[in-house]
Amino acid sequence: MSTFAPQAGRPASRPSGGRQPTGRGRRSSPWSWRWGDRIVLVCAWTAGIGLCVIAAAIVLYMGYRGVQYLRPGLVFSRPNVSTNQAGSGGFLDPLIGTLLVTLIGIVLALPLALASAVWIAEYGRPSWLARVVESSIEIVAGTPDIVIALFGLSIFQLGVLAPLSFTSQGGGVYGRSFIAAGAMMSLLAVPPIFAASRDGLQAVPGHMREAAFALGKTRIATIRRVLLPAVRSNVATGVTLGVSRIIGSTAIVLLLLGGLRIETQGGLAGLNVLRGTGSALTSYIYENSPAGEGGAPQKAYAAAFLLLVFVLGLNLIVDRIGRAQASSMGVTVAGAGV
Amino acid sequence: MLERLRRPWPDHRAERTLGAVSLSVGLLVVAMIVFVTIRAWPIFQHNGLSWLGGGGHLESQLAEMQATSVNPPPSAFHLLAWPLIYGTLLTTVIAVVLGLAIAVFSSIFIVELAPPRLRNVAIPVIRLLASVPSVIYGLIGILVLVPFVGNHLITAHEKASVQNVIELTGAGLGVTAVILTVMITPIMIALTCEALAAAPVSWREGAVALGLNPLRAVLAVTLKAIRPAIVAAAVLATARALGEAVMIQMVSGGRFFTPKPVDGVIFFFEPLRTLASSIVDFHEGIGAPALRSTLYAFALLLLFSAFALSVGGYLIKLPLRRYQTRG
Repeated sequence: MSTFAPQAGRPASRPSGGRQPTGRGRRSSPWSWRWGDRIVLVCAWTAGIGLCVIAAAIVLYMGYRGVQYLRPGLVFSRPNVSTNQAGSGGFLDPLIGTLLVTLIGIVLALPLALASAVWIAEYGRPSWLARVVESSIEIVAGTPDIVIALFGLSIFQLGVLAPLSFTSQGGGVYGRSFIAAGAMMSLLAVPPIFAASRDGLQAVPGHMREAAFALGKTRIATIRRVLLPAVRSNVATGVTLGVSRIIGSTAIVLLLLGGLRIETQGGLAGLNVLRGTGSALTSYIYENSPAGEGGAPQKAYAAAFLLLVFVLGLNLIVDRIGRAQASSMGVTVAGAGV
Repeated sequence: MLERLRRPWPDHRAERTLGAVSLSVGLLVVAMIVFVTIRAWPIFQHNGLSWLGGGGHLESQLAEMQATSVNPPPSAFHLLAWPLIYGTLLTTVIAVVLGLAIAVFSSIFIVELAPPRLRNVAIPVIRLLASVPSVIYGLIGILVLVPFVGNHLITAHEKASVQNVIELTGAGLGVTAVILTVMITPIMIALTCEALAAAPVSWREGAVALGLNPLRAVLAVTLKAIRPAIVAAAVLATARALGEAVMIQMVSGGRFFTPKPVDGVIFFFEPLRTLASSIVDFHEGIGAPALRSTLYAFALLLLFSAFALSVGGYLIKLPLRRYQTRG
C-alpha cells in the first residue's frame, strides 16, 4: 500500500486522470507515465528485443560459417591424427559417436524416468518416499555435468565394471567407453523426461481413471491402456528435451569417451564398439577450437553448425508437439512454459 | 516366462516394481555423493578444510601433483584453492545478478507488453537460446568475442601497464560473464514467464482500477506475487552457472589469477579460472592420485553448493509462500 500515498496527489497533475480506465498497457499512453515507469518500459523492450537479436545473431553467424566451411567430404570422412589440416579428415566418427551416446542414454533413461513418473503420479505411497525420489531427481537435475562425468569415471574405473570399458594392454581400467558415457548421459535425460511425463499424468482428468476402474480394470492396466497412451506426446516432449541435453553435453564426452577415432575393444562385433572409445561432435568442436589441441577453427565451425542444426530441429519438434497438443481436443496439458 | 510377463500384472506387484525402479534414482544420488567423497578424501585428510583458503601458489601446487606418480608424498597434497573458488563466485554472481534483471524485464516484455505476433516469435527464439550447447557458446566466444575484445576494447596502454604480471588477450572475466549471462537468462525467463502468466489477472485489474498505470500495476502487484518463482529461477540459474565448465574453460583465459576490482577497467579483462573449468583443464592428468583427489574435491564442492542452493532456495521461499499463486 506504499504506492497509495503518492497516487492520492496525482490525479490533478495527470491529464489522463479523468479518462476511462484502460485495460491494456499499449493503449494507455506511456507519455503520461512517471519517468521511472517509462524507464522500466524501455528496459523491458530492450531486454526482450535484445535477447531475440542475440539469438538471431548466433544462428545467422553459425549459419554463415556453416555454409562457408561445411562440405560433404567433411561429414563422410573419418578423422585422422595429422599435423596438416588437409590430412586430418572429417568428423564421421564424432557424428556416429553422438548418435550412439544419445541412443544409449535415452534407452537407459526412458524406462527409469517413465517408471518414476508413473509411480509418483499414480501410486506415490508412502509419501515421504515419493518426496525422496522427487528430490533426488531434482538433485540430479541440478548437478553439473562435469560432476556427473567424474562420478562416472569413478564408477567405471572399478575393477568389477572393467568389461564395460576400455582397458589398456597391461590391464589398467580407463573407465572410458561408449557404455560409460551413455550411462552417465542418461542421468542428464532423466529429469526432463520425468518432469514432462509426471506433469502429463497429473493433468489427465480424474474421470478417465474412474471410467477405467468402473470397467473393472486394475490400476496397472489403467496405466498401460489409458494413461500412458494419453500422455504419449508429453513423453515425446521429455525425450526430445533429453536428447537435446545429451547432444549438447561436452564434459561427459571429454572425460568418459575422450578419443578421436572410434577405437574398438574386444572381439565381439557390436559390443566391441560399445566398449571402445570415440568422440562426439561436442568434444570434436572443443578439441578443434583454439582451446583444445588443434587450431582448426574451420572444422570446429562446420561441426558446430551441424550440432546447431540438430538442436534447432529438436526445438522445432518440441514446438510441433506442443502445438499439436494444444489444438487437440482431448487431454490437453499445459506446455513447459517458454 | 514371456507368457507370464504378458499376462496382466497384479496391482501390488506393479506398484512394488515401479517403486523399486524409482528408488534406484535415489540410490544413484547416494552413490554419487559416496563415490565423489571417497575419491576426494585424501585432500581433506591432508589439508582439513584449510584448502579452501588462499595465499598459496596454486599453479606450482598443481604442477607438483601432476609430477608425482603412483605413490605421492604427503607434501604433494598441499592445496590452497581460493583463486578458483573466487573465480567461480565472481563469474556466478555477476552473471546471475545481470541475468536476473534481464530476465525480469524480458518476462514483463513477453507476457505483458509484446504484441501477440511478436510474442509468438520471441518465445521460441528465447527457448532456442537456452538449448544452444555450451560448446557453441564457447566457440563463438573464443573465435569472435575474445579477439574483438583483445584487439579493440583493450588499449595498448592497458596491455603495457600490466605486461609484467599478466598478458591481456581479451579472454577473461568480461567475456566469460557476458556469455554466462546469455546462457543462464533463458532459464530464468522460462520460470518467471510461467509465473507471470499464472498470476490472477484480477489482482492487476484491481490495481489499475485504483489508478495505477498498467505497467506500474504489474511491477507493484504481480511481480511481488511471483517472488517465489523469481527466487526459484535465481537458484536454478546459479546452479547452472556454478557448474558451467567447458564454455568457461574456453573463454576465461585459463590462468591462475584473481581479477581485482581495484584495477579499474582492466578488472574485466583479467583472466581467471573456476572450479569446474579447472576440472576440464586438468582431466588429462587424472591418473596422478594427488591431482585426482583434488579434482574430486572440486567436484564435491560443486555438488555441495548445488545441494546448499536447493535447500537455501527452499528456505527463502517459505516466508514468501503466502504470496504464491499457483504451482
